[in-house]
Amino acid sequence: MRRALLWLPLGVFAILAAFFFRGLSLDPNAQPSALIGRPVPAFALSELHSGAALTGQDLPQGPYLLNVWASWCITCQVEHPYLTELSKTLPIVGLNYKDERTAAQNWLAKLGDPYVLHLFDVDGQLGLDLGVAGAPETFVVDATGVIRARVQGEVNARTYARIIAPALAAGRAP
Amino acid sequence: MIRWIVCLLGSLVLAASVSAAIETYTFDSPEQEARFRQLGFELRCPKCQNQAIGDSDAPISKDLRAEVHRMLLEGATDQEIKAFMVARYGRYVLYRPPLDRQTLFLWAGPGLFLIIGIGLVAYRIRLSKRAMTQEISS
Repeated sequence: MRRALLWLPLGVFAILAAFFFRGLSLDPNAQPSALIGRPVPAFALSELHSGAALTGQDLPQGPYLLNVWASWCITCQVEHPYLTELSKTLPIVGLNYKDERTAAQNWLAKLGDPYVLHLFDVDGQLGLDLGVAGAPETFVVDATGVIRARVQGEVNARTYARIIAPALAAGRAP
Repeated sequence: MIRWIVCLLGSLVLAASVSAAIETYTFDSPEQEARFRQLGFELRCPKCQNQAIGDSDAPISKDLRAEVHRMLLEGATDQEIKAFMVARYGRYVLYRPPLDRQTLFLWAGPGLFLIIGIGLVAYRIRLSKRAMTQEISS
């Protein structure tokens, strides 16, 4: 009994080490979205360039990506080339989040425009309804207009493979 | 003496950063203001690791405070405000999540560890008592 107890610290250490090792590859900022499995919330916003009124009726037929971005957001600039590449095969709706119209327009003019539709959400109202904590965030919307997945932070080859591709595949399956 | 001055200056700097999140909200009643404060403590900032929206400087916390304020003025109950936040940000935003299967370990954990601890101590005491009586009888 006494001798068996000598192994206890090693056992405790092994359990803790296993937990901490798992923790190394977890992103503590990544929260599961409460919107998964629900339709894109209703909204009444304006178009970024023309100011024309936009509602949920104006969203494209899915599947598409809904990308929350802003000109003040550094990571948005980082993911922009990847999104531009993606937009050749998958429609991307841009939700311009808590930005200024001219700043956002200049940003698109300078870096290129990967979006099929521009929602201008100056107060972050749709952002709030989507549970957006900060830009960039990207939602995968399926053919029926239901949100399938969310990427918090940069969209790149890694997050595409891990989150977006499986969600698109699941959306395509009957 | 110099050490005291450094300490004083340091605490002043800290105090300044703590008071950075002051905004002015107007309320219909002191009771409403108290509820606003309470909700500010109980709702967690979705962007920060472990801060309530009431003491976070993150832009999202500012937005959520404004939303709580708006809903309070519109006469929403605390339950309704929490449900509104959970519908958007998930149960992560609640510092006191409801007890169910997912949160069972979270709620029962401390009690469980206390019982394990008491059990261990009781076991040790029994062992040493037995050792003592053996010593005496031999």
